[in-house]
Amino acid sequence: MLKLLKGIWLVFLRAFTRPVTIQYPDEKPYLPPRWRGRIILSRDPDGEERCVGCYLCSVACPVDCIALQATEDEHGRRYPAWFRINFSRCIFCGYCEEACPTYAIQLTTDFEMSEHDRRNLVYEKEDLLISGTGKYPGYNFYRVSGVRIGGKDKGEAEHEAAPVDVRSLMP
Amino acid sequence: MNEVAFRLPIIAGVLVTLLTLSALLIWLERRLLGFWQERYGPNRVGPFGLLQSVADMIKIFMKEDWVPPFADKAVFVIAPAVIIVTVLMSFAVVPFTPSIVVADLNIGLLFFLAMSSLSAYSVVLAGWASNNKYSLLGGLRASAQMLSYEVFMGLSLMGVVMLAGSFNLGDIVEAQRDLWFCIPQILGFIIFLIAGLAETKRIPFDIPEAEAELVAGFHTEYSGMKFGMFFVGEYLGIILISAMITVLFFGGWQGPWLPPAIWFSIKTFLFICLFILLRAALPRLRFDQLMAFGWKVMLPLALVNLTVTGALVLAGHPSK
Amino acid sequence: MAGIIVDDRPYQVDERENLLQACLSLGFNLPYFCWHPALGSVGACRQCAVKQFRDERDREGRLVMACMTSAADGTRISIEDPEAKTFRASVIEWMMANHPHDCPVCDEGGECHLQDMTVMTGHTYRRYRFTKRTFRNQNLGPFITHEMNRCIQCYRCVRLYRNYAGGRDFDAFGSRNHVYFGRHEDGTLENEFSGNLIEVCPTGVFDDKTLMPHYTRKWDLQTAPSVCAHCSLGCNTIAGERYGTLRRILNRYHSEVNGYFLCDRGRFGYGFVNNERRIRRPIFRSNRHDQTIPMDKDMILRELGSLLADKPSRIIGIGSPRASLESNFALRELVGPERFSLGLSARDAGLNSLILDILRRGPASSASIHDVEQADAVLVLGEDPVNTAPRLALAVRQSVRQQPMQLVDKLDIPRWHDAAVREATHAQPGPLFIAAPHSSWFADIATETYHGAPDDLAALGFAVAHELDHASPTATPSPTIRSLAERIAAALRQAARPVILSGTACKSEAVIQSAANVAWALCKIGTPAKLCYCLPESNSLGLAILGGKNLEDAFSVVKNGAADTVLILENDLYRRADTLSVDTFLKTASKVIILDHLEHDTTAKADVLLPAGTFAESDGTLVNSEGRAQRFYQVFPVEGDIQESWRWIRDLAVASEHPGQSNMAAWNRLDDVVAALANAIPAFQRLAEVAPPETFRIVGQKVPRQTHRFTGRTAMHAPLIMHEPKPVEDADSPLAFSMEGYLGQPPSPLITHYWSPRWNSVQALNKFQSDVGGPLRHEMPGVRLIESSDKRTVTYFSEAPQLFQIRDDGWLILPWYQIFGSEELSARASVMAERIPEPALMLHPEDAATLRFKADEQAEFMLDNKSHRVPVKLNAAVPRGTAALTIVSGFTDAVLPTWSPLIRVPEP
Repeated sequence: MLKLLKGIWLVFLRAFTRPVTIQYPDEKPYLPPRWRGRIILSRDPDGEERCVGCYLCSVACPVDCIALQATEDEHGRRYPAWFRINFSRCIFCGYCEEACPTYAIQLTTDFEMSEHDRRNLVYEKEDLLISGTGKYPGYNFYRVSGVRIGGKDKGEAEHEAAPVDVRSLMP
Repeated sequence: MNEVAFRLPIIAGVLVTLLTLSALLIWLERRLLGFWQERYGPNRVGPFGLLQSVADMIKIFMKEDWVPPFADKAVFVIAPAVIIVTVLMSFAVVPFTPSIVVADLNIGLLFFLAMSSLSAYSVVLAGWASNNKYSLLGGLRASAQMLSYEVFMGLSLMGVVMLAGSFNLGDIVEAQRDLWFCIPQILGFIIFLIAGLAETKRIPFDIPEAEAELVAGFHTEYSGMKFGMFFVGEYLGIILISAMITVLFFGGWQGPWLPPAIWFSIKTFLFICLFILLRAALPRLRFDQLMAFGWKVMLPLALVNLTVTGALVLAGHPSK
Repeated sequence: MAGIIVDDRPYQVDERENLLQACLSLGFNLPYFCWHPALGSVGACRQCAVKQFRDERDREGRLVMACMTSAADGTRISIEDPEAKTFRASVIEWMMANHPHDCPVCDEGGECHLQDMTVMTGHTYRRYRFTKRTFRNQNLGPFITHEMNRCIQCYRCVRLYRNYAGGRDFDAFGSRNHVYFGRHEDGTLENEFSGNLIEVCPTGVFDDKTLMPHYTRKWDLQTAPSVCAHCSLGCNTIAGERYGTLRRILNRYHSEVNGYFLCDRGRFGYGFVNNERRIRRPIFRSNRHDQTIPMDKDMILRELGSLLADKPSRIIGIGSPRASLESNFALRELVGPERFSLGLSARDAGLNSLILDILRRGPASSASIHDVEQADAVLVLGEDPVNTAPRLALAVRQSVRQQPMQLVDKLDIPRWHDAAVREATHAQPGPLFIAAPHSSWFADIATETYHGAPDDLAALGFAVAHELDHASPTATPSPTIRSLAERIAAALRQAARPVILSGTACKSEAVIQSAANVAWALCKIGTPAKLCYCLPESNSLGLAILGGKNLEDAFSVVKNGAADTVLILENDLYRRADTLSVDTFLKTASKVIILDHLEHDTTAKADVLLPAGTFAESDGTLVNSEGRAQRFYQVFPVEGDIQESWRWIRDLAVASEHPGQSNMAAWNRLDDVVAALANAIPAFQRLAEVAPPETFRIVGQKVPRQTHRFTGRTAMHAPLIMHEPKPVEDADSPLAFSMEGYLGQPPSPLITHYWSPRWNSVQALNKFQSDVGGPLRHEMPGVRLIESSDKRTVTYFSEAPQLFQIRDDGWLILPWYQIFGSEELSARASVMAERIPEPALMLHPEDAATLRFKADEQAEFMLDNKSHRVPVKLNAAVPRGTAALTIVSGFTDAVLPTWSPLIRVPEP
């Protein structure tokens, strides 16, 4: 009982402390870089799309608001033919970013994206793709992975030996 | 006939004031909750956000007034009206000042108790008519809760009646000229305060609409102004219980220097604030806790209070 | 049964199995790579290590490979032993040392056995810091991708491709950690079963190239159990869809039919569903001079309703052997049995009903593919299964291993011990006799091969039957045929489970009859021989059971004016009869209404074209060549007016107020049609038992077509409609177009995909079998509609044909079927273009010499009243006096075999 009263008293005392509210939009808040706001697709340091269309973001998405179609260019590089996020469904949980093996999908500090029409919240690849590397400079998936793409042959990725000559009998 | 004509301005004045106040309470509650939670509360519409109530009213009037196709239409519409009517009727017997009272009944207290019992119908009917499991559960909870808490609500006031020797609220206020009943009837006051909280379905006794479990309880299906009427009914209830506490335990309009109306308002306002503070500070009870608390703690306490007061009154007046 | 002890608990297992198979059957999660239920054990990967103890006092134990150890009575092992677990984790770590970091761009990801096993053993962190070995890839043709970096050297691919499927152009090369699996040079994998590499490879070395352009992960495919529509065997498949297009076909295990494998035609022929020339809207023209115009469904039904209502007796219906039983029956109900034609020429319909008659009348029952696999002697008579029923050819390849297995058993080698079994038996394959007009590489395992014209083959059959039972009639065969017949008869007589394989490929009644005589003669002498007939299409036998008029009857009815409105169901008549008759027929009929899903020569002449659903867009029942009725299920809901043919016919019946005998207006679900069919025709009495009815529920739920992790639900339709549409209700089956529903194991016809916790790859199939490699749990294997007669008396066919006589004025042109290109639907898959050969005529070199033909020179011949020119190929296997014409690109077998002169076209 006393504890109840003490609790009520403590709450009452809060009336005399300074509110922590930031008066947005008059006052802009500081958002940390890991803020989970609007989602973007980044590019690797060579300026190519980072997304390889692996579908891991879409399967990680708890509200299933990511849909895409993977395809491959003539040299074997995978990329999304189209990529769509329905932000009217997105809950900004950041699981897609966690799941992304190529740092392609990233959440940014932008959260000011209200619209009058829900359809305007459906973002296609052109709306999502930015021209930089986002939060993770330097990483290039295809430099690490063993597949061959245009401009990178077998054995040219990091920690790769030159391709085996199958016809050689040398030990 | 003259009597009625004389009362009309008072009736009108009371009605207008109450409805305005209950609207303002929306702002007040949110604002106070804000302060107690280290934030501002509504501060954008008008000075200090005072016009928030106006904005809310405009919004609520503009909303689609929707009656679910599966609901019992007539009852569904009547239910919210019942709560407003019963609460407003209760105000008829409240003596705001010696001169401002709508109906100076000699059974004023009983009338108040009767009206507040009737408001249980509103909730039960709303829950029933909505034809929705959450609403029905809310209605059931509300009826059980209000029935249980009314028992000792009435009992807790009998001490006051004994001390004042009258059911007339004006007489009760007059009887506190020397000593407010909150001192001799401290137990009665606490019991009435708790019962009042339960009667208005305020936190920590808001289980009939417990949104965490019942969506919104008995008013799940309500929207627009019908929902608004439940809202207004709740705020009117707060004002009513606060006013009754003032009248019954804190000497009503009485006080030095200031005019009676001001004293009455100050005291009532403080209790309204207390209600809001409790909401800011306390968690919701579980239903079984609520019932156990009512029947196992509050009812015996009320009976003890009644017995002790009666004994003391008898002891103080051996001649009678 | 044998009692074994696993981690101190006793279990009963089959002592003929190895420990790995036994442990998996018991439900343990024991990792493995190289073992496969159909391929046996070689102990190559060292992944299934367990600790074996001598007895209960033995606390030391020793590591053994579970797949190489018999589940002998009293075996005591531990899977959870720390040393065994560490060993398995180390093995995975070694395998992963060179595995590239490319799961995100690997098609196997999400259904990868290597991923599953890596997680299962607990290897999570890479310690290897040195350079990774890399390989160059090969272009293996239009079906299969190759990414050798991912290889873990389990050898499953070579064992499947070379040992199981008999392929020659694929092998393991190199040595030590440089072992390379591929061809000797870039090029298309020639084997007809190369697609199985995709499922057999535990990781992403071989993947489906046809899936790649519209790549979708396993969890995103909406899948339904289906039945292959590309030949008469009725292999069970799982068809997967995403965003409204069909994406891939996987094998659906059926212990009696296709087992673990499919042929490439069945696996990659699905592309016709996505063909640009699909009919997607009803098309109409009021008279022949007008252009056709698209019309919506309601309008066209009103139009046709009044047309059909006017003259119900002047309509004839033409069914199709590639449409479901239900659709054919609906048409038969609409027009009445006397006006229902099977859509087959008298000859083709006759061949089918002859086969039906043989299977019903005689003592030899029809053989399932499994029966063929288990046969210890096979006689192929006048059929080319590699090209007409490819999966059967794979089964025949396994049958030659059956007889040598007696030796294996005598040597006390366990049958699962693949390397030892092959070592013991590879020198002498079991008896397989192939007698056909010409044969493919497949003849390499044959004990003897005989090439002859159809009449000679029939003569051989009659002679064999006569050798077995002298009561059976014989013609007067040539000495070659007679001595061959003696050898065949001797081999068959010694067999315990012989199978006689024949079919319609020769278009010869005599061949079919002679095969029956052989089987019946064997039955008569007490050997339970089975008959296996290949039919031309997926529902040929079903249509034969249904019965109806033939195409010539329909032609004459229209010609003599008794009918003038023709309703054609999923049938290209130009593939059935000669061009002139069909042209006349379509011209004479005043209204030609065609229901089909692809545009073809006949639809070009239609007055009304109604869009029908393919196998992926409709439900129905097909009867395979064995007589087994099996249900296929709609994979995805379709937009627009496409619907099942039987629904169109029902709608027509309702619109014309002509509801037929069984009140077609009340047909709202497939089950209603099935019930009406079972009611109307006694042979189909048990049709409803083929699969669970629509009302079937497990714990009150339907079976979901989508996986429990189907993604993109709230985004895929967003540009069209912001409100996520409600899933389409499926009125026809207990499957739902949804990810919600019963997630456990449904009855076998309803298995939409193989998945089990921790088993994401196709290997999860193990969890669906109570005994790994055996029947599925809750198996409903379909209903065999034909059972052989139990009468012991045999009435042989007596009309043995005359021997083939070479003519001076012409060559007998025989059909030369192709696995890719001869079948109507799969030939329309865009990916097939690369594999369909150019038309060619195969000639015996000596015949060519008399005509002064050189290879690849153009030959002109007459076919279907038109002259054609195709290049000539020389092949000594072609019987003298005959020529074989590839049935591709416009050439059909409708008028083959036929006699035609051959003229050498001089080079310009």
